[in-house]
Amino acid sequence: MREIYADNAATTKLSPVVLEKMMPYLTEVYGNPSSLYGIGQTAKKAVEDARANIAKNIGAANPSEIYFTSGGSESDNWALKGVCRRLKKRGKNHIITSKFEHHAILHTCKALEKEGFEVTYLDVYENGIVRPEDVEKAIRPETAMVTIMYANNEIGTIQPIEEIGKICREKKVLFHTDAVQAAGYCRINVSEQNIDLLSMTAHKIHGPKGCGLLYVRKGILIDNLIEGGAQERNKRAGTENIAGIVGLDAALQIAVDTMDERNKKLEKLRDKLIDGLLKIPRSRINGDRKHRLPNNVNMCFEGIEGESLLLRLEFKGISASSGSACTSGSLDPSHVLLAIGLPHEIAHGSTRMTFDETTTEEDIDYILSVVPEIVKTLRDMSPLWESIIKGEKNDAKFIK
Amino acid sequence: MAFTYSEKVMDHFANPRNVGEIENADGVGEVGNSKCGDIMKMYLKVDGNTITDVKFKTFGCGAAIATSSMATELIKGKTIDEALKLTNKAVMEALDGLPPVKVHCSVLAEEAIKSAVSDYYRKQGVDPEPIVGKIEEHEH
Repeated sequence: MREIYADNAATTKLSPVVLEKMMPYLTEVYGNPSSLYGIGQTAKKAVEDARANIAKNIGAANPSEIYFTSGGSESDNWALKGVCRRLKKRGKNHIITSKFEHHAILHTCKALEKEGFEVTYLDVYENGIVRPEDVEKAIRPETAMVTIMYANNEIGTIQPIEEIGKICREKKVLFHTDAVQAAGYCRINVSEQNIDLLSMTAHKIHGPKGCGLLYVRKGILIDNLIEGGAQERNKRAGTENIAGIVGLDAALQIAVDTMDERNKKLEKLRDKLIDGLLKIPRSRINGDRKHRLPNNVNMCFEGIEGESLLLRLEFKGISASSGSACTSGSLDPSHVLLAIGLPHEIAHGSTRMTFDETTTEEDIDYILSVVPEIVKTLRDMSPLWESIIKGEKNDAKFIK
Repeated sequence: MAFTYSEKVMDHFANPRNVGEIENADGVGEVGNSKCGDIMKMYLKVDGNTITDVKFKTFGCGAAIATSSMATELIKGKTIDEALKLTNKAVMEALDGLPPVKVHCSVLAEEAIKSAVSDYYRKQGVDPEPIVGKIEEHEH
């Protein structure tokens, strides 16, 4: 049976090239970069070389603006807590974000609300895109930070980062973006795009798990989240994850080098899959089709529940994901799908498939050959589907 | 994801028993709501005091489908009194357990049976409440 990994938004396979670059730092170069002897200094050089190269790849003016972290969640937490708590002392107690950010942002915002911050959660409309004019309208004199993700992790919609960056710069408000999903698929240039802080992680771009970064523009004051030793210029304690940092750099370099060609190929596969799946009656694509990550397909099939679909996809060798309640252990459907206005019962039936450069047209054909049958099987046993086809229930606004 | 389910749950999910509807059923019950992501509908055919046939339709996760399937297996051929004694725990045990977040699915299966039996009594002109008890609107 064909095996298709279609969950690259969750995590990716470590690239063998990246692993090879990491290997010396997992074996013979085991020194602590803070040590003064040979293998310590070799390790230190590897970290600083990676920092300089990453700075270049994201358009940072200076390598000292890159801080290595344990990943996207830490970077998001640090950006918000580290900067906003400091600004609150100067009366800036307002944060602007969107309704469909990653939980690393949303839950941090909730925590900051308990500390007295006021948070504006911007609408993302049915297409899943924040409107820059809404950002502009929401900015107040006491706004400390705007944080809007570069691309959404569930529905893959790409946000107008450059326009938001421009507005924030004009209004003199700090702009953070969670670029965890966008990295490797969207151009990042923090200088040109007026990004003040940016979160990224290695494992979404065929790098290792457990290593990410926070870009902090020079001059921005940020409190420490993790106290201890003097690593990362006294800003983030803990012995450096050398192999992870080297892996992050290598993965980003490959992603940047291959981006244009890979995106073109993936867009073609994505569009073929979306067009094919939309032939299933009463199905819908979630999120804007054009401003969308080239590897993201997120669909709803009315009358069926997401987890059942996923399990049956798994029987067919397809590893996919759902924003549905059941997988996350909570009974609420995806906050992202609710944010784009879907009713609960439709939001419960979502499935997300995210691809990488190893995905082939045959894979897409295979998915298209099995999904309609799975949907039919589940609909045949669904009392909700029964009432939909009898016309007792009609969400035609959302599903055609 | 699948590994959190027992083999029996996966079997009943992959090959659900007694799926479908019964025309002119003697009792039909529906519980759950689409907002929570689970709806179970159960159909009974009753002869004398015995459930001679039972079918179900379920909208929901793997556990919801598996518990519906197992519940129908457990009451088929049984008397109504026996069916009413079926607890969600018994359904879970028959499936070799459920992950904690899925326990509500087995509760729904127990309620689906009670709801179908209540409908049967109502059709017989008998007030079901003293026998079956009140079936509460399920809130997750």
